[in-house]
Amino acid sequence: MTVATNLTLEAPQSIWNARWNRFRRHRLAMTATIFLILLAIACAAADLIANALGVDPSAVDLFERFSPPSSKHLLGTDEIGRDVLVRLLHGGRISLMVGLLATALGGAFGVLIGVVSGFLEGRTDAFLMRFTDCVLSLPIIPLLIVLGAVDLSKLGLPQAWLNSPSVSFWRIVVVIALVDWTAIARISRAATLSVKHRDFVQAARASGATRLYNITAHILPNIATPLIVAGALTVGRVILFESTLSFLGFGVVPPTPTWGNMLTNAQELVTSAPALAIYPGVLILLTVVAVNLVGDGVRVAFDPRSDS
Amino acid sequence: MTPLLDVRDVSVRFPLGGSWFGAKQILRAVEGVSFQIAAGETLALVGESGSGKTTLGHVVSGLRSPTSGSVEFRGEAITRSGEKPIQLVFQDPFSALDPRMLVGDIVAEPLRIRGGVSTAERRDRASRILTQVGLPAESISRYPHQFSGGQRQRIAIARALISDPQLIVADEPLSALDVSVQSQVLNLIKDIQESQQIAYLFISHDLGVVNHLADRVAVLYLGRLMEIATRQDLFERPSHPYTRALLTSLPRVGRGRRLPGQGAHGEIPSPLSPPSGCVFHTRCPRAEKLCTEQVPELLPVEGRTQLAACHFRGSGP
Repeated sequence: MTVATNLTLEAPQSIWNARWNRFRRHRLAMTATIFLILLAIACAAADLIANALGVDPSAVDLFERFSPPSSKHLLGTDEIGRDVLVRLLHGGRISLMVGLLATALGGAFGVLIGVVSGFLEGRTDAFLMRFTDCVLSLPIIPLLIVLGAVDLSKLGLPQAWLNSPSVSFWRIVVVIALVDWTAIARISRAATLSVKHRDFVQAARASGATRLYNITAHILPNIATPLIVAGALTVGRVILFESTLSFLGFGVVPPTPTWGNMLTNAQELVTSAPALAIYPGVLILLTVVAVNLVGDGVRVAFDPRSDS
Repeated sequence: MTPLLDVRDVSVRFPLGGSWFGAKQILRAVEGVSFQIAAGETLALVGESGSGKTTLGHVVSGLRSPTSGSVEFRGEAITRSGEKPIQLVFQDPFSALDPRMLVGDIVAEPLRIRGGVSTAERRDRASRILTQVGLPAESISRYPHQFSGGQRQRIAIARALISDPQLIVADEPLSALDVSVQSQVLNLIKDIQESQQIAYLFISHDLGVVNHLADRVAVLYLGRLMEIATRQDLFERPSHPYTRALLTSLPRVGRGRRLPGQGAHGEIPSPLSPPSGCVFHTRCPRAEKLCTEQVPELLPVEGRTQLAACHFRGSGP
């Protein structure tokens, strides 16, 4: 009963191979990726670089305030003689980690809310989406400031942990994640709604598939594309939030440097030492643009139809 | 002998609107439909758009619970979960296959959901069934977008076949395909039935296809069964005016002009407010006062095997 069809198929290709090939052809995304990788390596190696140059990032040297770029201080020194380059790299660590972790945490929560909402519909959907609307209608910056100002010792957390230097880091990750999940929740819901009524989900249901099976096997892979794009945009936005909060003094507190609080220090000196404001500002700009370009490249790479 | 599928007095109603403002309206998609399908038999379900064919198909395949009535498969009620020897083939072959999955995984999915079959065996069976439907075995490592509409429909048929179903609900499986491809897929469906004795509920609005494939035909109008008959009886001696109207609407070559006064005029009425009495009386060429008042039951036509829901069944031209 075999029906003869003369059919030539394209050569088989592993999924990740094909995705990588599509990504590679996106030149801007590749450039941005290389930039981000170099930045991440430099930030990770901040201490090594400091040792190699023979500078101590926290050492104050009042005889070397505002010194111009030299072989020892490649980008010069700030108002109390600290090396600007090494401080920028230390700050980059925090900015990049906050960007990734807060996006991952908030994104996971947003996807959970959105997929459950879209898949179950009805009352659950109405409740979860009105909740999302409520969070969305709060003004973000004041909300972040209020959350950033919460006295953690009143929440019954162990005192020993509260005194450790990582507190302000984790606090800002959680604060941003608490606020910035709404966009991802809405995108997940909309995408879930459009996928769940497609016939392949119905076919799986007719074969006896459970809801969990349909969500993991069909819904999540099919909503990944808009989520990756939204996630990349979120990383960029979170880096800006972190900078904003640190700039306003509610984020990571000095002397731990971040791009945001380096801007705070620099704003008073903008006329006399503009370079101190330009360096972190340019880094924030380049990083956010690069993250968005990578997101666009990943979107193209994950879409099998972009081949044709 | 119990039939393979026994649909008894099934109705499906959808409440519409009325969430916060205004009264709820009830859409009667399917009203009091009963039919049976024997093992290995093809029952075609025909009707215009909006007649409830697809909804009825969903009820039979367990995707939707009927508002009232029952569906039994080999004497047991169909539930919405659990193992089912019923599979589906859809109209749109582009929406029927998950674009993120390899064809091999798509075809083997019913086995994966049922469980108890190893990955290697699933691959093996998927490639065997793909060659059976006329695709190369290497198709398992390709994505759906690498295939044409007709090839995708073959993949969908392979997925329906892999779990050895006894009944396949095919919801207009040809209407999204090019005419030249339609006949190939139609022959494939017919071949499969002859070699594997699978029963079909074949939903279609194409009477030409139905005439080629069906053993029996059920005619649906506004969610109600108008007539159910063997293929030969239905095409040669239709006893319901609506069936006659459908048959007259078939384009013909070289057999003279259509008979005047036999076709149905106008549009199918809204299922939100179906006409009183016989739902077809608004378009029926021979409607009388009785038709507007009394609902005709689906009863045997004298001297024949078919059932028709018409006050004047059998007395037509």
